Amino acid sequence: MTSPPRLELRGISKYYPSVVANEDVSLTVMPGEIHALLGENGAGKSTLMKAVYGVVKPDKGQIFWNGEEVHINSPAQARKLGIGMVFQHFSLFDTLSVTQNISLAMDDKHHMGKLAKRIEEVSESYGLPLNPHRLVHDLSVGERQRVEIVRCLLQEPRLLIMDEPTSVLTPQAVRKLFETLRRLSDEGCSILYISHKLEEIRELCHSATVLRAGKVSGTADPRQETAKSLAEMMVGKELPICEHPPARTDGAELLVVRQLSRQSEDPFGTDLKDVGLSVRAGEIFGIAGVSGNGQQELLYALSGEKPSKDAAEILINGQPAGRMNPAQRRKLGLRFVPEERLGRGAVPPMSLSYNALLTGHDGEMTKNGFIHHGRMRDFSLNSIERFNVKCGGPDAEAKSLSGGNVQKYIVGRELLLNPEVLVISQPTWGVDVGAASFIRQTLVDLREKGVAILVVSEELDELFEICDRLAVIHHGKLSEPYPARAITLDEIGVLMGGGSLAQTAPADLPTTANTEAHP
Amino acid sequence: MIKLTPRPQPSQQMLWLSPLLAIALMLVVGMIVFTLLGQNPLKAFHAFFIEPVNDLYGIGELFIKASPLALIALGLSVGFRANVWNIGAEGQLTMGAIAAGGVALWFYDSESHFVLPLMLIAGALGGMLWAAIPAFLRTRFNTSEILVSLMLVYVAELVLSWLVHGPWRDPDGFGFPQSKQFSDSALLPVLLEGTRAHAGLLITLVALAVTYVFLRWSVVAFQMRVAGLAPRAADYAGFNAKRTIWIGLLAGGAAAGLAGTSEIAGPIGQLSIPLSPGYGFAAIIVAFVGRLNPIGILLASLLMALLYLGGESAQMQLALPAAVSGVFQGLLLFFLLATDVLINFRISWGGGRPKPAAAAPQAVAKPVMEGEQ
Repeated sequence: MTSPPRLELRGISKYYPSVVANEDVSLTVMPGEIHALLGENGAGKSTLMKAVYGVVKPDKGQIFWNGEEVHINSPAQARKLGIGMVFQHFSLFDTLSVTQNISLAMDDKHHMGKLAKRIEEVSESYGLPLNPHRLVHDLSVGERQRVEIVRCLLQEPRLLIMDEPTSVLTPQAVRKLFETLRRLSDEGCSILYISHKLEEIRELCHSATVLRAGKVSGTADPRQETAKSLAEMMVGKELPICEHPPARTDGAELLVVRQLSRQSEDPFGTDLKDVGLSVRAGEIFGIAGVSGNGQQELLYALSGEKPSKDAAEILINGQPAGRMNPAQRRKLGLRFVPEERLGRGAVPPMSLSYNALLTGHDGEMTKNGFIHHGRMRDFSLNSIERFNVKCGGPDAEAKSLSGGNVQKYIVGRELLLNPEVLVISQPTWGVDVGAASFIRQTLVDLREKGVAILVVSEELDELFEICDRLAVIHHGKLSEPYPARAITLDEIGVLMGGGSLAQTAPADLPTTANTEAHP
Repeated sequence: MIKLTPRPQPSQQMLWLSPLLAIALMLVVGMIVFTLLGQNPLKAFHAFFIEPVNDLYGIGELFIKASPLALIALGLSVGFRANVWNIGAEGQLTMGAIAAGGVALWFYDSESHFVLPLMLIAGALGGMLWAAIPAFLRTRFNTSEILVSLMLVYVAELVLSWLVHGPWRDPDGFGFPQSKQFSDSALLPVLLEGTRAHAGLLITLVALAVTYVFLRWSVVAFQMRVAGLAPRAADYAGFNAKRTIWIGLLAGGAAAGLAGTSEIAGPIGQLSIPLSPGYGFAAIIVAFVGRLNPIGILLASLLMALLYLGGESAQMQLALPAAVSGVFQGLLLFFLLATDVLINFRISWGGGRPKPAAAAPQAVAKPVMEGEQ
């Protein structure tokens, strides 16, 4: 071994008032190595990475950079050393353009025009196309992540930390990103790669450190491990297996969308064109697609946050619901879990109890317009227990929970409110393996009870695992639905890229994705 | 060196300690100001804070000053919790007083028991009408209710000025800008012999109970708070955003209109200018010092009333300018805003290594509007 490790952590510990985030964590990353950091939500991965990036200061332990001990006090210092980080939660200003956001994050001044050009070049060459003049609030989640990745790449880092980078990318884009990362690795840039997607880690990473409850629970060469063995290292127990018997096909059509066209209010948004679909009781209908192809617009139309002019465009439980607001649609049995949990699906500074009231206020928790605090608490407690939400109880503020736990709470809340139709967007985005498989199993169980479920997701594995029928949205147009068991990953890829399938998919093709997906 | 480090969760303790700390700081700086003005600080303190309330009459005065402040602050707090910023309570008070005064003058010769209730209704409606203008413009054209409600204060004051200089001027009033003295049927009865404490206090107490119940138990108040804290969550849940704005503004308008009515039907007994010593603006401070909480508002209104009385007493006894009340009010709000930082941050002194908290960058990128609880 000639060169010293690019990064070495020795005995890092970080204590918060209520929780130990890291305890005696050590790891080593060599130049050009792609090193995976694995762990469930709340295992301390993000805190550890923030310590490396200078956002938090560890209480104990040493950090060595190229063999020399360093004290990283700020992200600016980290960037000066050559450390770049792509956060899981984006640190972007909504009201500024892509270029302005990136220039703010750069430590030295840039000519805006030249910077915009460079952004375009770098993003193109890495397969992450971006229009540098768009405002961030108009970007989809997937596109926002591109901004973060491109921002780091512009600084030519020596160590790139990526926190869940692929959760919002298409398979093709993931391929491209992996090519990019491999190229960076060949150029000698080290990569610390945080992900829940074990298959990806096995494919991409040279080594892995697994965290559980703040401590290192193992190190491995992911290429030698199976996804199952890695997952077990993370959660320390056998994962529940998602059961997937064939769907009923005789259920009533509970959610029908007919020729839904609308112009997006957002100048950079996607117009919906003639979208039609129908979800039957007892089936899970999946919508795949690259983010920014009209998913947001469709979901706003379905939830009632942006109602239609024509009532007959959307039927819920047989009732024309196009002109109804979300509260009225809830009365027809629709429940909706949005992609953004904090700020839309939940009120961050309110307690979990009050967050139960957010969509449950017309049920048993209130009487004649007055709140029944006891029942509200009971409901909240029930949701916390049934869905295994890790939190400080019903009085904990929603924002004090980790992303996965907020999601479990919101899903739990909507399910306990007895849905007949459930629309759910990115059900397991940023959720750890254990919780993700639990949420998927819950959806399948719900299907068995005769609920009509519409899942919009950018994770194909997930869609193949749970859906009965699949359609692809591209440029605001929804494809024909295909039976999930009869369509291949490649065919979906073609549809996502805007192509079309010559014939209906042959029914006897083996469903590869179904078996290889999650453990 | 002093450092501010973010707390993992807002401190509930500090939420209530912060106003007390602000009061303490206000007193300290106030004493320094007295000293600089050449006064004995203890004597000045006595004149300012003890003298005005050391007899029954003084206590009564305290209550009749606190009453409109609390009433308006209660109404405003309903809107403030939903991020509806009604800054124009002073104008709504004036409009309420004009409407109620109009009723009193119209029924000048009547001895009916219905004059007073009619005045109260007219007063509340007058205040609501004035608050409805910013509400309509906000919901229809998305104008800023802050600017509209504030500017309407001056319009209301000019309307009052025109009335008492013109059509409603007392013909026997030696040309002073004031209306006739109201007849007895239009005056609130005095509650306690030997004081000027009038039945307007009861209105405030009823408002206190109603607001308390509304904020704690009603679904509508919950929905309004969601709209204030996370507007997109309110959309997601299907709450009516326009209703929030209307209720938020009308509650403040009604309260201010009632306060204006009980002023003219109470201690003043006529329409005159100036009508209020800035109750509508001081009530904003009262609402925030009281943490937008009904009980807190009650306590804060007593403090603010004491500042008014203290200012008058200091004028008489120490020959200090009337502005000294305003100085104390300003100090109080100033220090409150400063000490409120401690709700979300803790102070640590250099030397010992401060515990750095998780200052995630998204907290910088997207400042969360911290709603008052």
